[in-house]
Amino acid sequence: MDFLQLFLELAQSTIRLSTPLILAALAGLFTERAGVFDIGLEGKMLGGAFAAGTVAFIAQSAMAGLLAAVVVSILLSLVHGYASITQRGNQIVSGVAINFIVAGSTVILGEAWFRQGGRTPALAEAARFQEIDLPFAEALRGVPLIGPIYADLISGHAALTYFAFLMVPVTWWILYRTRFGLRLRAVGENPGAVDTAGISVVWMRYRGVICCGILCGVAGAYLSLAANAGWTKGMTAGKGYIALAALIFAKWRPVPVMFACLLFGFLDAFAIRYQGTPLPLVGKVPVQLMQALPYILTVILLAGFIGKAIPPKAGGVPYVKER
Amino acid sequence: MSVPYAKLPGWVEYGLIPLVNLIVAFMVAGLVVLVVGESPLEAAYHMVNGAFGRGEYIGFTLYYATTFIFTGLAVAVAFHAGLFNIGGEGQAYVAGIGVALACLWLDRIMPWYVVFPVAILGAALFGAAWAFLPGWFQAKRGSHIVITTIMFNFIAASLMNYMLNRVMKPLGSMSLETRTFDTGGQLPKLDWLMKIFGLSVGTSPFNVTFLLALAAAFGVWVLIWRTRLGYEMRTMGHSPAAARYAGIKEARIIVITMMISGALAGMMALNPIMGETYRMQLDFVQGAGFVGIAVALMGRSHPAGIIPAAILFGVLYQGGAEISFEMPSISRDMIVIIQGLVILFAGALEHMFRPAITAAVLAFSGRERTEAAVKGA
Repeated sequence: MDFLQLFLELAQSTIRLSTPLILAALAGLFTERAGVFDIGLEGKMLGGAFAAGTVAFIAQSAMAGLLAAVVVSILLSLVHGYASITQRGNQIVSGVAINFIVAGSTVILGEAWFRQGGRTPALAEAARFQEIDLPFAEALRGVPLIGPIYADLISGHAALTYFAFLMVPVTWWILYRTRFGLRLRAVGENPGAVDTAGISVVWMRYRGVICCGILCGVAGAYLSLAANAGWTKGMTAGKGYIALAALIFAKWRPVPVMFACLLFGFLDAFAIRYQGTPLPLVGKVPVQLMQALPYILTVILLAGFIGKAIPPKAGGVPYVKER
Repeated sequence: MSVPYAKLPGWVEYGLIPLVNLIVAFMVAGLVVLVVGESPLEAAYHMVNGAFGRGEYIGFTLYYATTFIFTGLAVAVAFHAGLFNIGGEGQAYVAGIGVALACLWLDRIMPWYVVFPVAILGAALFGAAWAFLPGWFQAKRGSHIVITTIMFNFIAASLMNYMLNRVMKPLGSMSLETRTFDTGGQLPKLDWLMKIFGLSVGTSPFNVTFLLALAAAFGVWVLIWRTRLGYEMRTMGHSPAAARYAGIKEARIIVITMMISGALAGMMALNPIMGETYRMQLDFVQGAGFVGIAVALMGRSHPAGIIPAAILFGVLYQGGAEISFEMPSISRDMIVIIQGLVILFAGALEHMFRPAITAAVLAFSGRERTEAAVKGA
């Protein structure tokens, strides 16, 4: 029982911590599968979180906050799209630029509007996403094993968490079972072929970038409206990069993305829970090593020591119609 | 589109276009200032005054510029070989270990001019070492250098946190820093250089590392344009296929370029550690590695462009501090915005104004030509 309790606690915080990662990594999946690399996930998430915190406070409504986050995030990804698709600029450079612009402007605007030292005002219950109790959660709690798992692990999360996990099969379905998905993948692998088929490469890529904006916005809204009660300075704290790592770790496939995010979320949860506690077999692990582990794993994977991560073939290359 | 852009005269290519991109970046930044409810002109005044108003201010400006010359050169060297090193931040951070070790070892027994070369070596060695693995992974295992260097930035942050927490902190101390260095670990300020211009450095930490930065800039120019290695790097940057065809060993060039880049980024650590605080502190790099990206893009990866670009960012950093003092609603985060805008307009959108400028230049020179033709007839 004690063990079960422990497991549930860890699993629950794993799910909480992986939710923004899953959303951001799926966001990256859409744009990178369309051939537009995006290291600006971090910036878009932060911008979304800030917009969500601001609008949710003013309108006192979580849904309004979510909408604002999505709009701001889409606008930011359109900037990225304009630079990397229309202007054929360097996609990495553009992503870096967006991260900086957002990191700076959220602080400046937040300070100008609210004067609370790098945060938006704390949100009331009504302006946040509440934890949802699934039906029969309390009634089933008494059932051994399944009861607590259902009541404590599956039930009791914010709506956005369920949305994130739902988006995994939805993304899979869009990508592999719809015409849009086929074209999206094609435009990332061989844009010339897509162009020959009479489909606009530019418009396809823009659509991929917009999908990325939507999901990054939701990820940001989750941070400021569900995981916390408002936006704080630099609250993404590298989550965008971890999501990017998860995306590569999962080799740009939706279901593995979920597992990679759960793994990285688990590492995070574990590091928080077991700071300074000696572990069996390995002894005391420095907390810094635990924090660095997602990055180390990604480097090892990228170097081809655990399978090989092959990115979309036309990724990072602007499409030039005539040669 | 086989010839995407018409050939432009040098002053347009290297002068006018970067200038237009820069002006647009600053105009957008001015808009942010307007949104916050302050006057952009007043902010500009405080910035220029804060950066140049007194000898001391100039000292601070050049102190920051020193740091950015190193990180800008680091990014530029990698650019020439077609590599994007985002890891300057991590390389500079880890290089701090090299500087600190040299100082902790020698500061009590040797004068600064003995410690300094050892520290330079230490910084370059640790910086290069941190850049070696990403380079090697790209060359031999085909992993993307951008992603690996980003990951190495985070790993460096964790590593340094651990080092300062467990290894390099004096026993019993609470703050995450090494002990303060003795006189051997303190670099002299450049009083004499400022005195030539009738100025005083005051309390600013403007130190001899600046001269090292200038030497490094010259060294990079020699390396890129006057050596065989530099030629091979540029060839690979222009066309990896041509380089391979010419028998240039790609893997070797990638690894060497990354190590030079890492060493240059690493030397940045000398400036704050030996020149200002005289100890290694947590997060001493403070984003300078990322500023290097903006500096390299603005300076078009040429040392002659990087030095003024670095000074401009020095102005932003020092003047930005003055702005935040005079106009509290504009904190130093404004610099981060400007940095992002410069990267966006001078980097990702560098071609946005090119068609218009090309048309204008061609129309202008075309008219001159017709006028000459008319006169001739």
